[in-house]
Amino acid sequence: MPSLRSAQIPGIPEREVTDERLFLRRREFLRAASAASLMAAGGIAFGETAEAALTDELPGVLPAPPQFRTDEEQTPWSKATSYNNFYEFGTGKDDPAARAHTLRPRPWSVAVDGEVARPGVVPIEDLLRPHALEERIYRLRCVEAWSMVIPWVGIPLGALLARFEPTSKARYVAFETLVDREQMPGQRRRVLDWPYREGLRMDEAMHPLAILAVGMYGRVLPNQNGAPLRLVVPWKYGFKSIKSIVRIHLQEKQPRTTWNDEAPREYGFYANVNPEVDHPRWSQARERRIGGASGFSALFEQKIATLPFNGYAEQVAGLYAGLDLRRNF
Amino acid sequence: MTKAGRMAWQAALVIACAAPLAWLIVRAAGGELAEPVEDITHLTGEWALRLLLASLAVTPLRRIFGWRGLAPFRRTLGLLAFGYALLHFATYLALDLGFDFAALAEDVGERLYITAGFAAFLLLLPLAITSTRGWQRRLGRRWLKLHRVVYAAGALAVLHFIWLVKADLRDPLLYAALLAVLLGVRAHHAWRSRRARAGA
Repeated sequence: MPSLRSAQIPGIPEREVTDERLFLRRREFLRAASAASLMAAGGIAFGETAEAALTDELPGVLPAPPQFRTDEEQTPWSKATSYNNFYEFGTGKDDPAARAHTLRPRPWSVAVDGEVARPGVVPIEDLLRPHALEERIYRLRCVEAWSMVIPWVGIPLGALLARFEPTSKARYVAFETLVDREQMPGQRRRVLDWPYREGLRMDEAMHPLAILAVGMYGRVLPNQNGAPLRLVVPWKYGFKSIKSIVRIHLQEKQPRTTWNDEAPREYGFYANVNPEVDHPRWSQARERRIGGASGFSALFEQKIATLPFNGYAEQVAGLYAGLDLRRNF
Repeated sequence: MTKAGRMAWQAALVIACAAPLAWLIVRAAGGELAEPVEDITHLTGEWALRLLLASLAVTPLRRIFGWRGLAPFRRTLGLLAFGYALLHFATYLALDLGFDFAALAEDVGERLYITAGFAAFLLLLPLAITSTRGWQRRLGRRWLKLHRVVYAAGALAVLHFIWLVKADLRDPLLYAALLAVLLGVRAHHAWRSRRARAGA
């Protein structure tokens, strides 16, 4: 495992590489605005209501560089925001869209603590302020064998962690979702052992593909997709990408993670997308891509092959050199 | 009840039971659903189980409350359950697996919840075929014995459901409880009638 110091923290991509698409869409925001300034502008970002969130466009997002984007057909916004697993709002796929309006994504603070030189409970505005928002167009592969292509807006996780100065003992990052039965009515039942917990090895967290997202499709993240701050780790099954984060804890030991606790035979700590290691109850070799097909044609869409590390093997396989991926699934 | 009246009720039952599927197909055609294949699979499976339990409830209700008028609906409910089970299996085979029979064999052989569901479906098949009056006559007392297989099919269907959910067991356990009650009532009845015979 590379040490933190040697892990590469990505810089801000070249600003002069202006995407024509972005140019046509939003001439007035060609310069890269920082996350903080966008929130100051009009105060609409992280809107008070779900309706506002639907129209809250994030200005000045840096376009995704080629290594962080796929040109595959994107999942329509309507489907990416209506078909979700977010058990804090119920176990049905349509529960989050119907019920997540009770979540209040602002004010919001995140505790960053544990093995860091500068721990603190930080308001989300301060957490994001030094970073430029970047677009990342990633495949999202759910452990249930469906997938989407989503243009996220966020900041590199590694750059954020570096600001808190992890100590030499920081080998893992643990994340926790909010616990609040009023805002998250699904937590009134003990379907899972709340809070939802996830974790990464430090080198995974520092990998440039790993981001903390605050938006998607150029807009503020809708509540049902994990507002106001969620993890996106595109080479792992979707359940690793924890939503509505309130705590980031750096630690020496491997953290407990929710689905691994729930069913250790079925969900591993690593949960790297792997077509060769089946879930005990279903095959992981193929996936149903949720795309733009509508009406009856959607019924006859063929499943597509699942790729090792969800197609990001070239970038991340090196993290797992020498690790038996069958045992460490 | 007159024959015409019964026919009308039967038709209403069939229409009412087909309505949820029709509504889902309308929504799928309108492009409202993110994953229509999954929705159809879940809906047909759940209705197959509901109708199977409903068909199993007919005899206890008739015995306990003396609702003799229910008896003719037992076959209709059973056949509707089979119809949904058939659609459930067909959706899985055609739309989910794309007629990949090797994948079917792997699923049935290796994934316990599919083994259970597939077995339940196979058990329902002869029951659907022999549901006609002609077969009832031909098989006589053996018809009743054969059709007790439905208890096993019900139990397998409930297991299929329990084993496939990820975390939220409420629904499958509710069906398991209903099935337990229905089988319990039958067991109680069988025990009482045996005792009555022994006493006589």
